[in-house]
Amino acid sequence: MSVNWIKDADEALNKAKSQNKPLLIDFSAAPA
Amino acid sequence: MHIKENAKNFHRFDAVWTPTVVVMDADDKERWRLEGYLPKDDFRTFLEMGLARVAFIKKGWADAERRYTAVIDNQPDSYYAPQAVYYRGVSRYSASHDAAELAKTGKVLTEQYPGNEWQLRSIPWLHEKSETTTG
Repeated sequence: MSVNWIKDADEALNKAKSQNKPLLIDFSAAPA
Repeated sequence: MHIKENAKNFHRFDAVWTPTVVVMDADDKERWRLEGYLPKDDFRTFLEMGLARVAFIKKGWADAERRYTAVIDNQPDSYYAPQAVYYRGVSRYSASHDAAELAKTGKVLTEQYPGNEWQLRSIPWLHEKSETTTG
C-alpha cells in the first residue's frame, strides 16, 4: 500500500483540521 | 519530510533525531512520538496507540477504550500492551467513575505484566473499592 505524503507541513495541518483527522508526520534523513 | 528538503520543519516540530514520527491531532497538537525504528508489527501498534491517545485526550472514552482493547487483543506481547491495559482502565474509569475499574486494571497488570513500569504505576489502584465517584 502506498502513502500519498504531503510535503508541505502547513498544507497537511490545514487538511487535518478541515477533515477533523489526526496527522502523521514522518521525519527522515534516509537517502531517497 | 526529509531533512535536506525540510530542515526548518525539523526545528519547528523539535525533531532532533531520525527517523522521528509524530502523531498530531486535528488541532495541531502533538499526541504521540517515536524516535528510531520499530519492527513492522510494533510500528503498527505504535500508530494504533497514537490514535488511541488522540481519542483519550479528546475524552472520547469509548473510542479510546476500543482502540486500546484492539492493541491488547492483537498484540498482547508487544512493548505497548501494558500501557494499553493501563489506559484502557483509565478510559473505563473516566467514563464510569467506578473505581473498581482501576482495581480490575491493576489486577490484570499484576497478573500479566509483573514488574512492568505500567504495572508499578497501577499498584495504588489494587485497593480501590467499587463505588461511583464524582469528579
